Amino acid sequence: MTVLLALIPALPLAGFAILALAGGVLPRRGIGTVAVGAVLLSALAAAICVIPMLGGGQGVTTVDLWHWVVVPGLKADMALRLDALSAVMIGVITGVGLLIHIYSATFMAEEHGYRRYFAYLNLFTASMLILVLADNLLMLYMGWELVGLCSYLLIGFGYEAPDNGRAARKAFVVTRVGDAAMAVGLFLLVAQFGTLNIAAIMDQAQLQWAAGQPLAIAVTLLLLAGAVGKSAQLPLQTWLPDAMAGPTPVSALIHAATMVTAGVYLIARTHSLYELAPPVQTLVAIIGAATLLLSAFSALAQRDIKRILAYSTISQIGYMFLALGVGAYSAALFHFMTHAFFKALLFLAAGVVIMALDDEHDIFRMGDLRRRLPGAFWGFLAGGASLAALPLITAGFYSKDLILSDAFRSQAGSGWLWAAGVLGAFLTSIYIFRPLFIAFGGEAKTTPQRRATRPELFAIAVLSVLSVIGGLVEIPSALGGYHGFSAFLHATLPAVPVAGETALGEGTLMLISAAVVLAGLGVAWWRFGTGAAVEHDNALLRLWGEGWGFDRVYDLFLVKPYVWLARIDRRDVVDLPYTLIAAAARTLHRGLSATQTGRLRWYAASIAGGAVIIIAIGVL
Amino acid sequence: MADLLLSHGLILAVLLFGAGLLVVLSRRNLMYILMGIEIMLNATGLVFVLGGARWGQPDGQVLFILVLTVAAAEVAVGLALVLQMYRQRETIDADAMRELRE
Repeated sequence: MTVLLALIPALPLAGFAILALAGGVLPRRGIGTVAVGAVLLSALAAAICVIPMLGGGQGVTTVDLWHWVVVPGLKADMALRLDALSAVMIGVITGVGLLIHIYSATFMAEEHGYRRYFAYLNLFTASMLILVLADNLLMLYMGWELVGLCSYLLIGFGYEAPDNGRAARKAFVVTRVGDAAMAVGLFLLVAQFGTLNIAAIMDQAQLQWAAGQPLAIAVTLLLLAGAVGKSAQLPLQTWLPDAMAGPTPVSALIHAATMVTAGVYLIARTHSLYELAPPVQTLVAIIGAATLLLSAFSALAQRDIKRILAYSTISQIGYMFLALGVGAYSAALFHFMTHAFFKALLFLAAGVVIMALDDEHDIFRMGDLRRRLPGAFWGFLAGGASLAALPLITAGFYSKDLILSDAFRSQAGSGWLWAAGVLGAFLTSIYIFRPLFIAFGGEAKTTPQRRATRPELFAIAVLSVLSVIGGLVEIPSALGGYHGFSAFLHATLPAVPVAGETALGEGTLMLISAAVVLAGLGVAWWRFGTGAAVEHDNALLRLWGEGWGFDRVYDLFLVKPYVWLARIDRRDVVDLPYTLIAAAARTLHRGLSATQTGRLRWYAASIAGGAVIIIAIGVL
Repeated sequence: MADLLLSHGLILAVLLFGAGLLVVLSRRNLMYILMGIEIMLNATGLVFVLGGARWGQPDGQVLFILVLTVAAAEVAVGLALVLQMYRQRETIDADAMRELRE
C-alpha cells in the first residue's frame, strides 16, 4: 500500500525522466506509449489506493520516504499522506490527466516538439500529484512551484511565436507575485510552530491561537495571496486568458482541470487556519463572488472560443472560493471535480474544432459545426450543459446547486453571496450557450479539414458521460438525498455550519437557481440562436472583452514603470565602479601598446635613454 | 701617470661609445647599425683593458677576449640575418621591418 502510494507520483516522474533523457532514440509511437503508460499505471495505483477508502473516507495512509531538510528549527520530510481530500484530488488528476494524455497522443502528432510536450506533461502530472499528496507545506510548495514551471513551459510550447513567450512570461510572473507572499506565510508558520507538517500545524494552531488573532489573519492572508495567484482570482486573474496561447490539451489539463484549482486545495487543506481568521474567510467568499461575476461578464464579450472557456474557468473557480469562504469545503471540492470533467471536456471539444478549422479561434467564423463535427458538438453540448448547470440531467447542476444553497444557508453565508452566485449562474448559461449557438448552429462558413481521431473521441466520450452522471454522487435532500461525496470528505473536512432556520428552504433555492439557468438558456436562444448571429459592439462590451481593463491598469502602473526603470538602468549603475576599473586598464593598455612601434632605432634610443636615466639616478 | 692614462683612456672610450650609439640611432642601413654596435663593443673592451692595466689584474684582458668573441659571434649571426633579409625584401632598411609592432 505504502509502496503504491509512492508510485503514484513516481511513475509520471519516471516517464518524464525517460522522455527527457532517452526520448531521442524513441520513435513517435514509443514516446506516446511511455507518456500515456506512465499516467495509466499511476492512475491504476491511485485507484488501488483510493478504492478501499470509499466506504466512509476513513483511513489515512502515510509513507515517509526520506528526511529532506533537517536544520535546527525546521525538519521537513519527503513524506506522502493520503486522506479523503487528497484522494479526491489524485482521482481527478490521474483520471482526467490520463484522458488528456490519450487525447494528446494523436492531437499533438503533427507538432515537431512531440517529445518535449509529453515530457513536460508527465512532469506536470508528477508535480501536481506531489502537491496534493505532500504531508508538509514545504513539499507542497515544491510541487506548487513545479506546476508553475510546467505551466510556463507549456504555455510557451510554441516558443517560435513571440506572443506565446510573452503569455508564458506573464503567467509566470503574475503567479510568482502570489507565490512570494505564500513563501512569507510559510516562513511565519515555521517561526511560530517550528514545523511545516500540515497536521501538526493545524493541531497546534487550534491550541495556541485565539480566533481572529492578528498572526492568524496575517498567515491566512499570505496563503490566500498564493491561492489567488495560482487560481487566477481577483486581483491576479489576468494571466489565465493569455495562458490560452498554449496547446489546447494543456489548457484542458493545467488551466482548467487541475493546476488552477491548487488554490482551492490549499485553502481546503489549511481550513483550520482560516476558521481561526473569520475576516479572511469572509474575504475568500467575497473574492470568489466578485471574481465569478466579473469574469462571467468578460466571458460574454469574447470572440475567441478558448478565451470564453478561460474566463469561464476563472468564474467557476470563483464559485469554489465562494464555497470555501462560507465553510462549504465539500461543496467546493465537489464543484472542483465536476468542473474538471466538464471544463476539460469543453476544451478537448474546442481543440477538435480549432484543429479542424486550421487554427481558427473566432466563433463568428465558425458555423453549422453540429453537422460537420458531430463528435465535437455532442461533447461541447454535454460540457456546456453541465457548465450551465441544466437542472437534474447534468453534473454541474448538483455541484453548483450545493454551493448556492450552502452560501445561503451557512452561518458564514449571506443572501448577497447567494444572489451573486445566482446572477453568475444566469450569466454562465448565456455565455456558454452563445458559442454553442453561434459556432455549432447557423450557417456553414468554413469546411473542416480534419476529423477527430478515435483516441480523441474516446476521451471526449468518457468525459461527456462523467459530465452528465458525475453529479449523482451527491444529491440534495430535496431530491431524495444521497450524500456520498460529502460523507466521504467529512473524515477530513468539517461539514457546513448550517444556520438553523433560513428564509428560503433548500427546495425553493433549487427551484430558483434552476429557473435562472433556464432563463439564461432562453436569453441565449433569443439573442444568438434565432437567425444569423449578430456581432454586438459597444463601449461596455469592449470593457468586458478586455477583462474590465485590469491589464491596462497593471500595464500603466506596474509594467511600464518597471520597463522604464530597467531602461534607465540598462548601463547598470551599480556596476559603474567596476566598468571604470576596466576602462582604466583598457586606456593604459592602449597607451603602452602605442610604444610598440616596431621601429628598431626607437627601441635602441629608449634603451639608451633609460640606461642614462638609471645611471644618473645611481650616481646622484 | 697611471691615473692620467686611465682618465684619457676613459674619455676615448666614452667618445667611441657615443659615436657608436650615434651611428645606431641615426643610420637606417643595417650594415651601419651593425658597425655602430661593433664600435660600442670595442669601447667597452677598451674600458676593461684600461681597468686591467690600472690595477695590474689579468681579469681585464680576460674579459676583453670574451667581448671580442661575443662581437665575432654577433657579427657572424647579424651579417647572416642581413643577408637573408636582403634576399627576401631586397632592402636592408631597418625602418622597413615593422611587422612586429604591437
